[in-house]
Amino acid sequence: MEITGMTAATMSNTEVPVSSLDERIKFFQNEPQSALATQEYFVNMGPQHPSTHGVLRLVLKMDGETVREIIPVLGYVHRGMEKKAEYIGYRQQVHLTDRLDYLCALMNNWVMADAVERAMKIELNDRILTLRTIFAELQRIQSHQLWWGVFGMDLGAFTPFLYGFRDREKITAIFEDTMGARLTMNYIQPGGLMYDIHPEFPRKVKDFLKYFKPILNEYDELFTGNVIVHQRLKGIGILDGKTAISVGASGPVLRASGVSYDLRKSDPYGVYSKTQFEVPVGTTGDCWDRYIVRMQEMRESIRIVEQLIDNIPEGPTMVMKFGAKIRIPEGIYYNQMETARGILGVMLVADGTEKPYRLHFRTPNFNNLWSVISMAKGLRLADLVAILSSVDIVVPDIDR
Amino acid sequence: MSSGSNSLIQGVSLSQWVGGNAWTDTPWLAFAAVLGGTALTIGFMSLTAMVLVYAERKIAAHFQCRLGPMRVGWHGILQSIADSLKLFFKEDIVPTNTDHLLHALAPALCVMATLLALITIPLSPSISIANMNIGVLFLSAVSGLGVLGILLGGWSSNNKWSLLGAMRAGAQIISYEISMTLSILVVVLFAGSMKFSTIIESQATGWWIWRVPVVGFVAFFIFLISSTAEINRTPFDLAEGESELTAGFHTEYSGLRFAMFFLAEYINLFIASSLGAILFLGGWMPFHIGHFSTFNHLMDLIPPGIWFAMKVCGLIFLSMWIRWTFPRLRVDQLMRLEWKILLPIGLVNLAIAACLILSEYYFFVWNPL
Repeated sequence: MEITGMTAATMSNTEVPVSSLDERIKFFQNEPQSALATQEYFVNMGPQHPSTHGVLRLVLKMDGETVREIIPVLGYVHRGMEKKAEYIGYRQQVHLTDRLDYLCALMNNWVMADAVERAMKIELNDRILTLRTIFAELQRIQSHQLWWGVFGMDLGAFTPFLYGFRDREKITAIFEDTMGARLTMNYIQPGGLMYDIHPEFPRKVKDFLKYFKPILNEYDELFTGNVIVHQRLKGIGILDGKTAISVGASGPVLRASGVSYDLRKSDPYGVYSKTQFEVPVGTTGDCWDRYIVRMQEMRESIRIVEQLIDNIPEGPTMVMKFGAKIRIPEGIYYNQMETARGILGVMLVADGTEKPYRLHFRTPNFNNLWSVISMAKGLRLADLVAILSSVDIVVPDIDR
Repeated sequence: MSSGSNSLIQGVSLSQWVGGNAWTDTPWLAFAAVLGGTALTIGFMSLTAMVLVYAERKIAAHFQCRLGPMRVGWHGILQSIADSLKLFFKEDIVPTNTDHLLHALAPALCVMATLLALITIPLSPSISIANMNIGVLFLSAVSGLGVLGILLGGWSSNNKWSLLGAMRAGAQIISYEISMTLSILVVVLFAGSMKFSTIIESQATGWWIWRVPVVGFVAFFIFLISSTAEINRTPFDLAEGESELTAGFHTEYSGLRFAMFFLAEYINLFIASSLGAILFLGGWMPFHIGHFSTFNHLMDLIPPGIWFAMKVCGLIFLSMWIRWTFPRLRVDQLMRLEWKILLPIGLVNLAIAACLILSEYYFFVWNPL
């Protein structure tokens, strides 16, 4: 793509007429010579830009402050994860999934582990499933906390960022107790969990929930009720349900557009079917709805954890023999789950050996990114930043 | 140095002190006085900026449940000095294909405008550098010069983000200047003077914010909003807007040149807050309540300089509070706020103020001498 060195005529919105010489002369006479003639320009948003949250590059065609065209350029953190999978075993591949969407590391582990377990028809006990569900929901809260902070920062308020991180730290510490890691945990394994939970885990989680429930109201007081926030979010970046489905958007982005589709409800896994929770759904699909849906999701996640934390069943946390070889029978397998950002799917083509023949991740952020393009066209630059942040993209998940 | 400090004493200008025309009779003395005054102003400016940066960092930190600078000196009190030293020694990077002259000129222009505005501010009855009879007019005029530096900085950087930031700043500052001037004019009408010291003395019996029933408060409110916009602070920091434009107009500046933009920004905060204190909160006048003479005498014991400093600090704290609480407006919302809301209210407010003056209906009537 040639960005620099474009002439005024090629950069402008209108095509240069090719029919007759007279028309062409007229065109060039009209365009550049008028004193008030405006010109569209290209600008690179990223790969290093504070609001693209990583190394996403958007080439913007701008008309003053208005965004006319968005061309995402991907591949800056492409690590060839799917190709690597063909050379490493299934067990090792689970570790790589941590680095997909680093804010949903445990959920990513779970998708991959669950895919292997389903393919091998391994039955898990209730303790493993309950713990996995609790960890997934804690991680969802943690991911949304970070999103909330960053969302505030993208709108120009710096304080939410530190509030979000302060509270995220509490969950991270809980994870650290059990797993020894804070971001890339590698905890959920095919056949169970890597270790048993920390003896203090249930108490600490309960303490956290007690601490965090009033904090959520504080979040509302600081940010949700602010009149500038309302002005910046309401009616901005409207994504209707049809478009959302057609671009394959999922997670809060899809639900904010009024489509009530949550795999935890529609295709329950783990112990979600045993718990009571609502799926928050928006109406118009603007930034405000996406914001509210995520805030509500945090409350629902708290509800789920509260229901599960008091009665974690007893039992082993690993049902496979340590170091057992994983061989998946020949066939094509697909497994999907609801991460904090949407549906993460993993497609396995197994050939009966210890390594997959092909592996593909269907990542939520990749599809959600395309919804941004239809949403932000014709809006201001600041709106694009708000939309990008309301969609909550994580770039390593796009590039893999 | 004695001549320099003498020239600062209000009411005794250099010419009066020497008797006759200072520049022709004692040119060396006059030159020394100008030099001393300039040095003092620049010293004061740097010191204030350092204190304000430290205060901002500490206040922001405590709003955000953290400690802020803690390592350099007691509670990080020397952090600003360390930072300014660092900025002095940093490499001054000028990107290729920039307009070198304008790129160098822009920060200087910003600082110059700030310096010119600063000298009109009287800090106490005895400390004012240039107490001119057109103080308000002069300040409005030179504060508008600062935008030229921002525009040039954005233009000469050869960076589209910088240009966007500069254009935003240009539109914003020029628009909000109207509202700011309208709100200042209300006070000028009531005080009947453009001289800052006269405006302050006119508030000896009551500050303009409450002395005129509603008009004073509306004017103060408009002044607060438009001055925040004027000095590019959140929620009106669109010119920098780091989440949109990386750093706006000063993206391509580093080292000392960036420090100059930074300095100008914080001194502008000081000027805007002092202006608010002078025009609406009685400047160095103490706080009095009606006929509580004991209380009033107690208040009189506090020196005027302290009163002024307290009011300015209060307004600066308010500004910082707003900055660390509010998100940023969008550029079209910013313009709508000015042209569709603040400007009509300001105009109506000014008209009502004029009517009030004609009818002499305000709380404490003061006769200009």
